[in-house]
Amino acid sequence: MRRVVVTGLGLVTPLGSGVKTNWERLLAAQSGIRRVESFDVSDLPAQIAGVVPRGTNPGELDLDSVASARDRRRMDDFIVYGLAAATEAVLDSGWLPEDDESRERTGVMIGSGIGGLPNIADGALTLEKSGPRRISPFFIPAALINLVSGHVSIRYGFKGPNHAVVTACATGAHAIGDAARLIMFDDADVMVAGGAEAAVHRLGLAGFAAARALSTGFNDRPTEASRPWDKERDGFVMGEGAGIVVLEELEHAKKRGAKIYGEVIGYGMSGDAHHITAPADDGNGGYRAMVAALKRAQVTIDDIDYINAHGTSTPLGDEIELSAIKRLFREHAYKLSMSSTKSAVGHLLGAAGAVEAIFSLLAIRDQIVPPTLNLHNPSEGCDIDLVPLKAKERKVDIVLSNSFGFGGTNASLVFRKGP
Amino acid sequence: MSDVAERVKKIVVEHLGVEESKVTENASFIDDLGADSLDTVELVMAFEEEFSVEIPDDAAEKILTVKDAIDFISKNS
Repeated sequence: MRRVVVTGLGLVTPLGSGVKTNWERLLAAQSGIRRVESFDVSDLPAQIAGVVPRGTNPGELDLDSVASARDRRRMDDFIVYGLAAATEAVLDSGWLPEDDESRERTGVMIGSGIGGLPNIADGALTLEKSGPRRISPFFIPAALINLVSGHVSIRYGFKGPNHAVVTACATGAHAIGDAARLIMFDDADVMVAGGAEAAVHRLGLAGFAAARALSTGFNDRPTEASRPWDKERDGFVMGEGAGIVVLEELEHAKKRGAKIYGEVIGYGMSGDAHHITAPADDGNGGYRAMVAALKRAQVTIDDIDYINAHGTSTPLGDEIELSAIKRLFREHAYKLSMSSTKSAVGHLLGAAGAVEAIFSLLAIRDQIVPPTLNLHNPSEGCDIDLVPLKAKERKVDIVLSNSFGFGGTNASLVFRKGP
Repeated sequence: MSDVAERVKKIVVEHLGVEESKVTENASFIDDLGADSLDTVELVMAFEEEFSVEIPDDAAEKILTVKDAIDFISKNS
């Protein structure tokens, strides 16, 4: 089977725009969670979110640099974020082919959990108020999930496989795993892959709150709301942004002297077959995804140095994931480190798995694991190294990144340093 | 220049993101100003809103240049 490495990274998250900004702020234990101010939240139970900082100051996302105002009218925000992160990743990789053959061997697979929710919500109001003649011709293409992949391919002339994943909060991880397989199966030499999300909207907050998924007890202390495994946790905090990687066949990358962040060595998937929003009590879906990923990676449980957990800060999910990890890793669970970077950025839904894959690769690069913010008092049984409050230097050669989604969909990725 | 012409040109500049100097009366939305078929639909909607006119689809199809738009609006609003 052809081997696949990561040669480019791009990030837009509530911590800021750009990989460097994100990594520095994450390691400094900063939080991107704040009170939502762009729309009225006074009647919503959850009034906070991880919001991408916009502007022209360092670390902010400058929308005009992503696309012109004219082009942005064709894109809901998730597309803008996806395009911004994809642009960073492509430039980082240095892969900007001009010839037809190379372009036809380069594909895109960027997903989203929800897609253009704000656009659909606002469009519905326009329809009700002003009638169908006032619906924009860009209404549909601005909302369609696969249009991130579409815009990226148009911008760079990438004519290989053009695809999009939709698996709720596992989208980003599935996209990277599936795109890697397209390269392994020789459908492409290079894939731009990841996830994008921008559902921080009244309707999105109201919907997740109605599903009793969100933190509601920290509206006056936003930066403390996302606290995976902490006794006081009371739900996840919605986040927005995008994480995009450039995946490349190993020899292709070596031949052009590309910088290599790590190798995608394992990918495992499973379904819970249990409930639309709740994980199975014994975490067997996540367990089986991890087992499948380790098997594919041909590594043993003792080889894993760091786990970037799904860890959303929900009362139920965090402990179920942890119990599955203790069951799988046995005594090695006490030797590895595991953290949840959702503590800093919130839950980026369809972008989460890709953002966390990038944080995992940076952990390998710098031999440091990012912290779990706000973890002051771990719940009973949460007794492994969860990297509370502060980043920690340690050996990080092989990492596992977990992502689980509504509908009982699970994906685990394994990355290795080098080659 | 008439008020209608001014306002039409302003809308074209805003929606297509083009330089004002390029928006001459004879400029074609698609051939000269870089619009695609979706842009032309949106432009017609913007004209309808700005001038409180209804531009039926068969008339909209014939609005290909800045001048076509100015003429239609001058006659119908």
